[in-house]
Amino acid sequence: MDSAFVIEKFILVAVIFGISLVIAMYSTYAERKVAAYLQDRLGPDRAGPFGILQPLADGLKMFMKEEIIPTSSNRFLFIAGPGLALLCACIGTAVIPWGSPVLIAGKTIPLQVSDINVGVLYIFGVVSLGVYGVMIGGWASNNKYSLLSAIRAASQNISYEIAMGLSIIALLLMTNTLSLKEIVDQQHGWRWNVLYQPLGFLIFMVCSFAETNRAPFDLPECETELIGGYHTEYSSMKLGFYLFAEYINMFVSSAVMAALYWGGYNYPGMDSMAVWLGPTWAPLFGTAVFFGKICAFIFFFMWVRWTIPRFRYDQLMNLGWKGLIPLAIANIIITGVVIAIIEKF
Amino acid sequence: MSTQVFYFVATLSIIFSLMVIFAKNPIHSVLYLILTFFTFTVHYVLLNAQFLAVVNFIVYMGAIMVLFLFVLMLLNLNKETEPSKSPLIKIVGVIAGGCLVVTLIGSLKSASITSPLILKNPGLGLVENLGKELFGPFLLPFELSSLLLLAAMVGAVLLSKRDEVEA
Repeated sequence: MDSAFVIEKFILVAVIFGISLVIAMYSTYAERKVAAYLQDRLGPDRAGPFGILQPLADGLKMFMKEEIIPTSSNRFLFIAGPGLALLCACIGTAVIPWGSPVLIAGKTIPLQVSDINVGVLYIFGVVSLGVYGVMIGGWASNNKYSLLSAIRAASQNISYEIAMGLSIIALLLMTNTLSLKEIVDQQHGWRWNVLYQPLGFLIFMVCSFAETNRAPFDLPECETELIGGYHTEYSSMKLGFYLFAEYINMFVSSAVMAALYWGGYNYPGMDSMAVWLGPTWAPLFGTAVFFGKICAFIFFFMWVRWTIPRFRYDQLMNLGWKGLIPLAIANIIITGVVIAIIEKF
Repeated sequence: MSTQVFYFVATLSIIFSLMVIFAKNPIHSVLYLILTFFTFTVHYVLLNAQFLAVVNFIVYMGAIMVLFLFVLMLLNLNKETEPSKSPLIKIVGVIAGGCLVVTLIGSLKSASITSPLILKNPGLGLVENLGKELFGPFLLPFELSSLLLLAAMVGAVLLSKRDEVEA
Protein backbone atom coordinates (compact mmCIF):
# COMPACT_ATOMS: atom_id res chain seq x y z
CA MET A 1 0.00 0.00 0.00
CA ASP A 2 1.51 3.31 -0.99
CA SER A 3 1.25 6.24 1.37
CA ALA A 4 -0.74 8.39 -1.10
CA PHE A 5 -3.54 5.80 -0.95
CA VAL A 6 -3.54 5.80 2.85
CA ILE A 7 -3.55 9.62 3.04
CA GLU A 8 -6.32 9.85 0.44
CA LYS A 9 -8.52 7.39 2.34
CA PHE A 10 -7.71 9.04 5.66
CA ILE A 11 -8.80 12.45 4.38
CA LEU A 12 -11.95 10.93 2.87
CA VAL A 13 -12.85 9.19 6.15
CA ALA A 14 -12.21 12.37 8.14
CA VAL A 15 -14.33 14.48 5.76
CA ILE A 16 -17.22 11.98 5.75
CA PHE A 17 -17.06 11.66 9.52
CA GLY A 18 -17.09 15.43 9.91
CA ILE A 19 -19.96 15.88 7.48
CA SER A 20 -22.08 13.21 9.14
CA LEU A 21 -21.52 14.75 12.57
CA VAL A 22 -22.36 18.25 11.32
CA ILE A 23 -25.48 17.00 9.54
CA ALA A 24 -26.54 15.10 12.66
CA MET A 25 -25.92 18.26 14.72
CA TYR A 26 -28.02 20.43 12.45
CA SER A 27 -30.68 17.72 12.21
CA THR A 28 -31.46 18.46 15.86
CA TYR A 29 -31.92 22.13 14.90
CA ALA A 30 -33.92 21.19 11.80
CA GLU A 31 -36.12 18.88 13.83
CA ARG A 32 -37.10 21.69 16.16
CA LYS A 33 -37.62 24.15 13.32
CA VAL A 34 -39.70 21.66 11.32
CA ALA A 35 -41.74 20.82 14.41
CA ALA A 36 -42.27 24.53 15.01
CA TYR A 37 -43.31 25.10 11.40
CA LEU A 38 -45.75 22.18 11.42
CA GLN A 39 -47.25 23.36 14.71
CA ASP A 40 -47.37 27.02 13.69
CA ARG A 41 -44.71 28.15 16.19
CA LEU A 42 -41.37 29.94 15.76
CA GLY A 43 -38.95 27.37 17.21
CA PRO A 44 -35.47 28.23 18.51
CA ASP A 45 -34.52 31.75 17.42
CA ARG A 46 -32.39 33.20 20.26
CA ALA A 47 -28.85 31.85 19.65
CA GLY A 48 -27.50 33.68 16.60
CA PRO A 49 -29.53 34.69 13.52
CA PHE A 50 -32.59 32.35 13.15
CA GLY A 51 -31.22 30.39 16.11
CA ILE A 52 -28.51 28.93 13.89
CA LEU A 53 -26.13 28.48 16.86
CA GLN A 54 -28.69 26.49 18.86
CA PRO A 55 -26.97 23.06 18.29
CA LEU A 56 -23.69 24.47 19.67
CA ALA A 57 -25.52 25.77 22.75
CA ASP A 58 -27.20 22.37 23.17
CA GLY A 59 -23.89 20.55 22.85
CA LEU A 60 -22.26 22.84 25.41
CA LYS A 61 -25.18 22.27 27.77
CA MET A 62 -24.81 18.48 27.41
CA PHE A 63 -21.09 18.65 28.25
CA MET A 64 -21.60 20.93 31.26
CA LYS A 65 -24.33 18.86 32.93
CA GLU A 66 -23.55 16.73 35.95
CA GLU A 67 -22.64 13.17 35.10
CA ILE A 68 -24.56 10.64 37.16
CA ILE A 69 -23.82 6.91 37.21
CA PRO A 70 -26.37 4.98 39.31
CA THR A 71 -24.71 3.01 42.14
CA SER A 72 -26.59 -0.20 41.34
CA SER A 73 -25.73 -0.07 37.64
CA ASN A 74 -23.10 -2.11 35.86
CA ARG A 75 -20.48 0.62 35.53
CA PHE A 76 -18.48 -0.60 32.53
CA LEU A 77 -21.47 -1.56 30.40
CA PHE A 78 -23.31 1.59 31.44
CA ILE A 79 -20.52 3.64 29.85
CA ALA A 80 -20.00 1.24 26.93
CA GLY A 81 -23.68 1.41 25.85
CA PRO A 82 -23.80 4.94 24.41
CA GLY A 83 -20.31 4.56 22.90
CA LEU A 84 -21.39 1.40 21.11
CA ALA A 85 -24.55 3.10 19.86
CA LEU A 86 -22.56 5.95 18.34
CA LEU A 87 -19.91 3.61 16.87
CA CYS A 88 -22.49 1.40 15.14
CA ALA A 89 -24.20 4.50 13.76
CA CYS A 90 -20.97 5.87 12.27
CA ILE A 91 -19.43 2.79 10.64
CA GLY A 92 -22.30 2.48 8.15
CA THR A 93 -20.93 5.43 6.16
CA ALA A 94 -17.88 3.40 5.05
CA VAL A 95 -19.49 1.67 2.06
CA ILE A 96 -21.83 4.40 0.80
CA PRO A 97 -20.72 5.82 -2.59
CA TRP A 98 -20.88 9.59 -2.15
CA GLY A 99 -20.12 10.46 -5.75
CA SER A 100 -18.52 9.31 -8.99
CA PRO A 101 -14.70 9.52 -9.10
CA VAL A 102 -13.34 13.09 -9.03
CA LEU A 103 -10.31 14.31 -10.95
CA ILE A 104 -8.19 16.35 -8.52
CA ALA A 105 -4.64 17.49 -9.47
CA GLY A 106 -4.36 14.91 -12.28
CA LYS A 107 -5.46 12.06 -10.01
CA THR A 108 -8.82 10.26 -10.04
CA ILE A 109 -10.14 9.86 -6.53
CA PRO A 110 -13.16 7.62 -5.80
CA LEU A 111 -15.59 9.24 -3.39
CA GLN A 112 -16.20 6.00 -1.48
CA VAL A 113 -14.15 4.72 1.43
CA SER A 114 -14.37 1.07 0.45
CA ASP A 115 -16.18 -0.61 -2.44
CA ILE A 116 -16.55 -4.10 -0.92
CA ASN A 117 -18.48 -6.55 -3.07
CA VAL A 118 -20.94 -7.34 -0.26
CA GLY A 119 -21.73 -3.68 0.50
CA VAL A 120 -25.48 -4.15 0.84
CA LEU A 121 -25.00 -7.00 3.31
CA TYR A 122 -22.47 -4.92 5.26
CA ILE A 123 -25.06 -2.15 5.70
CA PHE A 124 -27.53 -4.79 6.78
CA GLY A 125 -25.04 -6.18 9.32
CA VAL A 126 -24.32 -2.74 10.77
CA VAL A 127 -28.05 -2.09 11.10
CA SER A 128 -28.54 -5.37 12.95
CA LEU A 129 -25.63 -4.54 15.26
CA GLY A 130 -27.07 -1.12 16.12
CA VAL A 131 -29.48 -2.54 18.68
CA TYR A 132 -26.68 -3.67 21.03
CA GLY A 133 -25.99 -0.12 22.21
CA VAL A 134 -29.61 0.26 23.30
CA MET A 135 -29.81 -3.23 24.82
CA ILE A 136 -26.58 -3.01 26.80
CA GLY A 137 -27.34 0.50 28.02
CA GLY A 138 -30.88 -0.41 29.00
CA TRP A 139 -29.81 -3.52 30.90
CA ALA A 140 -26.80 -1.94 32.60
CA SER A 141 -28.96 0.92 33.98
CA ASN A 142 -30.58 -1.62 36.36
CA ASN A 143 -33.94 0.08 35.96
CA LYS A 144 -37.13 -1.79 35.08
CA TYR A 145 -38.28 0.79 32.57
CA SER A 146 -34.90 0.85 30.83
CA LEU A 147 -34.88 -2.95 30.65
CA LEU A 148 -38.40 -3.05 29.19
CA SER A 149 -37.36 -0.48 26.63
CA ALA A 150 -34.22 -2.46 25.72
CA ILE A 151 -36.32 -5.59 25.21
CA ARG A 152 -38.79 -3.67 23.08
CA ALA A 153 -35.96 -2.30 20.95
CA ALA A 154 -34.53 -5.80 20.42
CA SER A 155 -37.80 -7.40 19.39
CA GLN A 156 -38.71 -4.47 17.16
CA ASN A 157 -35.37 -4.52 15.38
CA ILE A 158 -35.39 -8.28 14.81
CA SER A 159 -38.96 -8.20 13.47
CA TYR A 160 -38.37 -5.38 11.01
CA GLU A 161 -34.97 -6.65 9.86
CA ILE A 162 -36.72 -9.60 8.23
CA ALA A 163 -39.04 -7.46 6.13
CA MET A 164 -36.13 -5.13 5.31
CA GLY A 165 -33.96 -8.02 4.11
CA LEU A 166 -36.79 -9.42 2.00
CA SER A 167 -37.42 -6.04 0.36
CA ILE A 168 -33.71 -5.79 -0.50
CA ILE A 169 -33.77 -9.27 -2.07
CA ALA A 170 -36.30 -8.09 -4.68
CA LEU A 171 -33.97 -5.19 -5.50
CA LEU A 172 -30.97 -7.51 -5.77
CA LEU A 173 -32.85 -9.73 -8.22
CA MET A 174 -32.90 -6.72 -10.55
CA THR A 175 -29.42 -5.36 -9.97
CA ASN A 176 -27.50 -8.69 -9.94
CA THR A 177 -24.86 -7.25 -7.64
CA LEU A 178 -24.28 -6.62 -3.93
CA SER A 179 -21.87 -3.73 -4.46
CA LEU A 180 -23.46 -0.38 -3.60
CA LYS A 181 -21.25 1.40 -6.13
CA GLU A 182 -22.48 -0.80 -9.00
CA ILE A 183 -26.11 -0.48 -7.87
CA VAL A 184 -25.83 3.32 -7.97
CA ASP A 185 -24.02 3.32 -11.33
CA GLN A 186 -26.78 1.20 -12.87
CA GLN A 187 -29.27 3.98 -12.10
CA HIS A 188 -27.58 6.38 -14.53
CA GLY A 189 -29.72 9.39 -15.46
CA TRP A 190 -33.39 8.63 -14.90
CA ARG A 191 -33.28 4.85 -14.40
CA TRP A 192 -33.87 5.06 -10.67
CA ASN A 193 -34.75 1.81 -8.91
CA VAL A 194 -37.77 3.33 -7.20
CA LEU A 195 -39.52 3.42 -10.59
CA TYR A 196 -39.14 -0.36 -10.89
CA GLN A 197 -39.48 -1.25 -7.19
CA PRO A 198 -42.07 1.13 -5.69
CA LEU A 199 -43.47 -1.49 -3.30
CA GLY A 200 -39.98 -2.62 -2.27
CA PHE A 201 -39.03 0.98 -1.54
CA LEU A 202 -42.16 1.52 0.56
CA ILE A 203 -41.41 -1.58 2.67
CA PHE A 204 -37.74 -0.60 2.99
CA MET A 205 -38.67 2.90 4.10
CA VAL A 206 -41.15 1.75 6.75
CA CYS A 207 -38.53 -0.67 8.07
CA SER A 208 -35.93 2.13 8.14
CA PHE A 209 -38.24 4.13 10.38
CA ALA A 210 -38.52 1.13 12.69
CA GLU A 211 -34.78 0.37 12.67
CA THR A 212 -33.82 3.94 13.55
CA ASN A 213 -36.44 4.01 16.35
CA ARG A 214 -38.09 7.05 14.81
CA ALA A 215 -41.74 8.00 15.22
CA PRO A 216 -44.23 6.43 14.63
CA PHE A 217 -42.14 3.43 15.76
CA ASP A 218 -40.28 5.08 18.66
CA LEU A 219 -41.69 2.62 21.21
CA PRO A 220 -38.34 2.09 22.99
CA GLU A 221 -38.53 5.70 24.15
CA CYS A 222 -42.27 5.93 24.64
CA GLU A 223 -42.51 8.52 27.45
CA THR A 224 -46.10 7.79 28.39
CA GLU A 225 -45.29 4.18 29.26
CA LEU A 226 -41.56 4.02 29.97
CA ILE A 227 -40.56 7.41 31.48
CA GLY A 228 -37.64 8.06 29.09
CA GLY A 229 -37.06 4.57 27.74
CA TYR A 230 -33.60 3.00 27.61
CA HIS A 231 -31.86 6.28 28.48
CA THR A 232 -33.93 7.05 31.60
CA GLU A 233 -30.86 6.77 33.87
CA TYR A 234 -28.50 8.62 31.54
CA SER A 235 -27.39 12.20 31.95
CA SER A 236 -24.85 14.57 30.48
CA MET A 237 -23.01 13.66 27.26
CA LYS A 238 -23.82 9.94 27.55
CA LEU A 239 -27.44 10.88 26.97
CA GLY A 240 -26.18 13.18 24.23
CA PHE A 241 -24.46 10.21 22.57
CA TYR A 242 -27.71 8.24 22.45
CA LEU A 243 -29.64 11.17 20.99
CA PHE A 244 -26.84 11.90 18.55
CA ALA A 245 -26.63 8.26 17.45
CA GLU A 246 -30.32 8.44 16.51
CA TYR A 247 -29.68 11.41 14.23
CA ILE A 248 -26.62 9.81 12.62
CA ASN A 249 -28.69 6.65 12.06
CA MET A 250 -31.30 8.79 10.38
CA PHE A 251 -28.65 10.36 8.15
CA VAL A 252 -27.13 6.98 7.20
CA SER A 253 -30.48 5.35 6.46
CA SER A 254 -31.50 8.38 4.38
CA ALA A 255 -28.24 7.99 2.43
CA VAL A 256 -28.89 4.24 1.95
CA MET A 257 -32.43 4.86 0.72
CA ALA A 258 -31.25 7.59 -1.65
CA ALA A 259 -28.44 5.37 -2.97
CA LEU A 260 -30.42 2.12 -3.33
CA TYR A 261 -33.70 3.48 -4.68
CA TRP A 262 -33.42 7.15 -5.64
CA GLY A 263 -30.39 7.04 -7.89
CA GLY A 264 -27.71 8.25 -5.47
CA TYR A 265 -25.62 10.86 -7.25
CA ASN A 266 -27.41 10.37 -10.59
CA TYR A 267 -29.79 13.00 -11.93
CA PRO A 268 -31.51 13.57 -15.28
CA GLY A 269 -29.31 15.45 -17.75
CA MET A 270 -26.09 14.42 -15.96
CA ASP A 271 -24.30 13.62 -19.24
CA SER A 272 -24.62 17.15 -20.62
CA MET A 273 -23.67 18.52 -17.20
CA ALA A 274 -20.53 16.32 -17.25
CA VAL A 275 -19.48 17.88 -20.57
CA TRP A 276 -20.27 21.38 -19.38
CA LEU A 277 -18.63 21.26 -15.90
CA GLY A 278 -15.64 19.02 -16.64
CA PRO A 279 -14.32 15.97 -14.75
CA THR A 280 -13.68 17.84 -11.47
CA TRP A 281 -16.86 19.80 -10.87
CA ALA A 282 -19.44 17.47 -12.45
CA PRO A 283 -18.93 14.63 -9.92
CA LEU A 284 -18.95 17.16 -7.07
CA PHE A 285 -22.24 18.52 -8.41
CA GLY A 286 -23.54 14.91 -8.39
CA THR A 287 -22.46 14.64 -4.75
CA ALA A 288 -24.36 17.84 -3.99
CA VAL A 289 -27.45 16.33 -5.65
CA PHE A 290 -26.99 13.21 -3.48
CA PHE A 291 -26.84 15.33 -0.34
CA GLY A 292 -29.95 17.19 -1.52
CA LYS A 293 -31.77 13.86 -1.71
CA ILE A 294 -30.48 12.88 1.75
CA CYS A 295 -31.72 16.17 3.22
CA ALA A 296 -35.10 15.63 1.58
CA PHE A 297 -35.32 12.22 3.29
CA ILE A 298 -34.28 13.67 6.65
CA PHE A 299 -37.03 16.25 6.24
CA PHE A 300 -39.44 13.41 5.45
CA PHE A 301 -38.44 11.60 8.67
CA MET A 302 -39.30 14.75 10.64
CA TRP A 303 -42.48 15.44 8.72
CA VAL A 304 -43.74 11.93 9.53
CA ARG A 305 -42.76 12.31 13.18
CA TRP A 306 -45.08 15.28 13.64
CA THR A 307 -47.87 13.85 11.48
CA ILE A 308 -48.47 10.24 12.50
CA PRO A 309 -49.04 9.33 16.17
CA ARG A 310 -47.06 6.56 17.84
CA PHE A 311 -48.17 2.97 17.22
CA ARG A 312 -49.32 0.66 19.98
CA TYR A 313 -46.97 -2.28 20.55
CA ASP A 314 -49.32 -4.96 19.19
CA GLN A 315 -50.04 -2.77 16.16
CA LEU A 316 -46.30 -2.54 15.54
CA MET A 317 -45.88 -6.32 15.65
CA ASN A 318 -48.97 -6.92 13.50
CA LEU A 319 -47.75 -4.48 10.87
CA GLY A 320 -44.30 -6.06 10.80
CA TRP A 321 -45.18 -9.74 10.78
CA LYS A 322 -48.61 -9.84 9.15
CA GLY A 323 -48.36 -6.81 6.90
CA LEU A 324 -44.86 -6.10 5.69
CA ILE A 325 -43.36 -9.62 5.54
CA PRO A 326 -46.12 -11.14 3.31
CA LEU A 327 -46.04 -8.00 1.14
CA ALA A 328 -42.26 -8.27 0.78
CA ILE A 329 -42.52 -11.98 -0.17
CA ALA A 330 -45.22 -11.14 -2.75
CA ASN A 331 -42.93 -8.42 -4.09
CA ILE A 332 -40.09 -10.95 -4.51
CA ILE A 333 -42.38 -13.38 -6.37
CA ILE A 334 -43.74 -10.67 -8.69
CA THR A 335 -40.23 -9.34 -9.40
CA GLY A 336 -38.94 -12.86 -10.11
CA VAL A 337 -41.82 -13.69 -12.48
CA VAL A 338 -41.48 -10.40 -14.37
CA ILE A 339 -37.71 -10.86 -14.75
CA ALA A 340 -38.23 -14.43 -15.98
CA ILE A 341 -40.81 -13.26 -18.55
CA ILE A 342 -38.56 -10.44 -19.78
CA GLU A 343 -35.60 -12.80 -20.16
CA LYS A 344 -37.76 -15.35 -22.03
CA PHE A 345 -38.97 -12.91 -24.70
CA MET B 1 1.35 -9.94 7.56
CA SER B 2 -1.65 -12.23 7.12
CA THR B 3 -0.11 -14.93 9.35
CA GLN B 4 0.58 -12.43 12.12
CA VAL B 5 -2.99 -11.14 11.92
CA PHE B 6 -4.20 -14.74 12.09
CA TYR B 7 -2.23 -15.51 15.25
CA PHE B 8 -3.35 -12.27 16.87
CA VAL B 9 -7.04 -12.87 16.08
CA ALA B 10 -6.79 -16.56 17.00
CA THR B 11 -5.38 -15.62 20.42
CA LEU B 12 -8.22 -13.19 20.90
CA SER B 13 -10.79 -15.85 19.95
CA ILE B 14 -9.36 -18.26 22.52
CA ILE B 15 -9.25 -15.61 25.25
CA PHE B 16 -12.81 -14.48 24.57
CA SER B 17 -14.16 -18.03 24.43
CA LEU B 18 -12.48 -18.79 27.77
CA MET B 19 -14.08 -15.64 29.18
CA VAL B 20 -17.48 -16.93 28.03
CA ILE B 21 -17.02 -19.91 30.37
CA PHE B 22 -15.38 -18.10 33.27
CA ALA B 23 -17.60 -15.01 33.42
CA LYS B 24 -19.81 -15.11 36.53
CA ASN B 25 -22.63 -13.10 35.02
CA PRO B 26 -24.57 -14.80 32.18
CA ILE B 27 -25.04 -11.46 30.39
CA HIS B 28 -21.26 -10.98 30.37
CA SER B 29 -20.91 -14.51 28.98
CA VAL B 30 -23.19 -13.64 26.08
CA LEU B 31 -21.31 -10.39 25.42
CA TYR B 32 -18.00 -12.30 25.32
CA LEU B 33 -19.61 -14.79 22.96
CA ILE B 34 -20.53 -11.89 20.66
CA LEU B 35 -16.87 -10.80 20.69
CA THR B 36 -15.84 -14.40 19.92
CA PHE B 37 -18.16 -14.43 16.91
CA PHE B 38 -16.68 -11.13 15.80
CA THR B 39 -13.19 -12.66 15.78
CA PHE B 40 -14.63 -15.55 13.71
CA THR B 41 -15.83 -12.98 11.19
CA VAL B 42 -12.28 -11.65 10.94
CA HIS B 43 -11.05 -15.23 10.39
CA TYR B 44 -13.49 -15.65 7.48
CA VAL B 45 -12.28 -12.39 5.94
CA LEU B 46 -8.68 -13.63 6.24
CA LEU B 47 -9.74 -16.79 4.39
CA ASN B 48 -11.21 -14.59 1.62
CA ALA B 49 -14.69 -15.96 2.37
CA GLN B 50 -16.42 -12.59 2.34
CA PHE B 51 -19.95 -13.86 2.03
CA LEU B 52 -19.55 -16.27 4.93
CA ALA B 53 -17.97 -13.48 6.97
CA VAL B 54 -20.82 -11.06 6.45
CA VAL B 55 -23.47 -13.76 6.96
CA ASN B 56 -21.77 -14.81 10.21
CA PHE B 57 -21.86 -11.13 11.16
CA ILE B 58 -25.57 -10.70 10.39
CA VAL B 59 -26.94 -14.05 11.54
CA TYR B 60 -24.82 -14.89 14.58
CA MET B 61 -23.84 -11.47 15.89
CA GLY B 62 -26.85 -9.52 14.73
CA ALA B 63 -29.72 -11.94 15.20
CA ILE B 64 -29.02 -15.05 17.26
CA MET B 65 -27.01 -13.31 19.96
CA VAL B 66 -29.63 -10.54 20.21
CA LEU B 67 -32.16 -13.29 20.95
CA PHE B 68 -29.84 -14.87 23.54
CA LEU B 69 -29.39 -11.51 25.23
CA PHE B 70 -33.14 -10.92 25.00
CA VAL B 71 -33.97 -14.19 26.77
CA LEU B 72 -31.30 -13.70 29.45
CA MET B 73 -32.51 -10.18 30.17
CA LEU B 74 -36.06 -11.48 30.57
CA LEU B 75 -34.92 -14.29 32.90
CA ASN B 76 -32.90 -11.79 34.96
CA LEU B 77 -30.57 -14.45 36.38
CA ASN B 78 -28.40 -13.55 39.34
CA LYS B 79 -26.50 -15.24 42.12
CA GLU B 80 -29.50 -15.65 44.44
CA THR B 81 -31.60 -17.54 41.92
CA GLU B 82 -28.77 -19.79 40.75
CA PRO B 83 -29.36 -23.33 42.03
CA SER B 84 -26.53 -24.61 44.25
CA LYS B 85 -24.83 -27.70 42.85
CA SER B 86 -24.15 -30.72 45.04
CA PRO B 87 -20.55 -32.03 45.35
CA LEU B 88 -21.58 -35.23 43.55
CA ILE B 89 -22.49 -33.27 40.41
CA LYS B 90 -19.18 -31.39 40.60
CA ILE B 91 -17.20 -34.68 40.82
CA VAL B 92 -19.15 -36.13 37.88
CA GLY B 93 -18.43 -32.94 35.93
CA VAL B 94 -14.70 -33.16 36.62
CA ILE B 95 -14.58 -36.82 35.50
CA ALA B 96 -16.53 -36.08 32.30
CA GLY B 97 -14.31 -33.09 31.52
CA GLY B 98 -11.19 -35.20 32.13
CA CYS B 99 -12.45 -37.87 29.72
CA LEU B 100 -13.00 -35.20 27.06
CA VAL B 101 -9.46 -33.84 27.53
CA VAL B 102 -7.97 -37.38 27.22
CA THR B 103 -9.95 -38.00 24.03
CA LEU B 104 -8.89 -34.67 22.55
CA ILE B 105 -5.20 -35.23 23.38
CA GLY B 106 -5.40 -38.77 21.95
CA SER B 107 -6.89 -37.57 18.67
CA LEU B 108 -4.53 -34.59 18.37
CA LYS B 109 -1.47 -36.77 19.01
CA SER B 110 -2.12 -38.90 15.95
CA ALA B 111 -2.80 -35.83 13.78
CA SER B 112 0.14 -34.51 11.80
CA ILE B 113 0.68 -31.11 10.24
CA THR B 114 -0.21 -31.41 6.57
CA SER B 115 1.08 -29.14 3.87
CA PRO B 116 -1.11 -26.02 3.53
CA LEU B 117 -4.29 -26.56 1.59
CA ILE B 118 -4.31 -24.56 -1.64
CA LEU B 119 -7.67 -23.74 -3.18
CA LYS B 120 -7.98 -24.32 -6.90
CA ASN B 121 -10.12 -21.21 -7.09
CA PRO B 122 -9.16 -18.54 -4.50
CA GLY B 123 -12.34 -16.58 -5.24
CA LEU B 124 -14.60 -19.44 -4.12
CA GLY B 125 -15.84 -17.52 -1.09
CA LEU B 126 -17.20 -14.63 -3.16
CA VAL B 127 -20.98 -14.38 -3.44
CA GLU B 128 -21.17 -15.11 -7.16
CA ASN B 129 -19.07 -18.30 -7.05
CA LEU B 130 -20.68 -19.55 -3.85
CA GLY B 131 -24.13 -19.02 -5.33
CA LYS B 132 -23.22 -20.95 -8.49
CA GLU B 133 -21.90 -23.83 -6.37
CA LEU B 134 -24.93 -23.89 -4.07
CA PHE B 135 -27.54 -23.68 -6.82
CA GLY B 136 -25.60 -25.93 -9.22
CA PRO B 137 -24.01 -29.16 -7.95
CA PHE B 138 -25.38 -28.80 -4.39
CA LEU B 139 -28.95 -27.83 -5.27
CA LEU B 140 -30.62 -30.88 -3.70
CA PRO B 141 -28.86 -30.73 -0.28
CA PHE B 142 -29.43 -26.97 -0.21
CA GLU B 143 -33.16 -27.28 -0.82
CA LEU B 144 -33.44 -30.19 1.61
CA SER B 145 -31.81 -28.17 4.39
CA SER B 146 -34.25 -25.33 3.73
CA LEU B 147 -37.11 -27.84 4.12
CA LEU B 148 -35.57 -28.94 7.43
CA LEU B 149 -35.55 -25.33 8.65
CA LEU B 150 -39.16 -24.88 7.55
CA ALA B 151 -40.16 -28.02 9.47
CA ALA B 152 -38.40 -26.69 12.59
CA MET B 153 -40.20 -23.38 12.22
CA VAL B 154 -43.61 -25.02 11.86
CA GLY B 155 -42.81 -27.16 14.89
CA ALA B 156 -41.92 -24.11 16.98
CA VAL B 157 -45.17 -22.36 16.04
CA LEU B 158 -47.14 -25.52 16.85
CA LEU B 159 -45.49 -25.87 20.28
CA SER B 160 -46.34 -22.29 21.19
CA LYS B 161 -49.96 -22.80 20.05
CA ARG B 162 -50.61 -26.00 22.00
CA ASP B 163 -51.99 -24.34 25.15
CA GLU B 164 -54.65 -22.57 23.15
CA VAL B 165 -55.95 -25.82 21.63
CA GLU B 166 -56.27 -27.56 25.00
CA ALA B 167 -58.00 -24.65 26.69
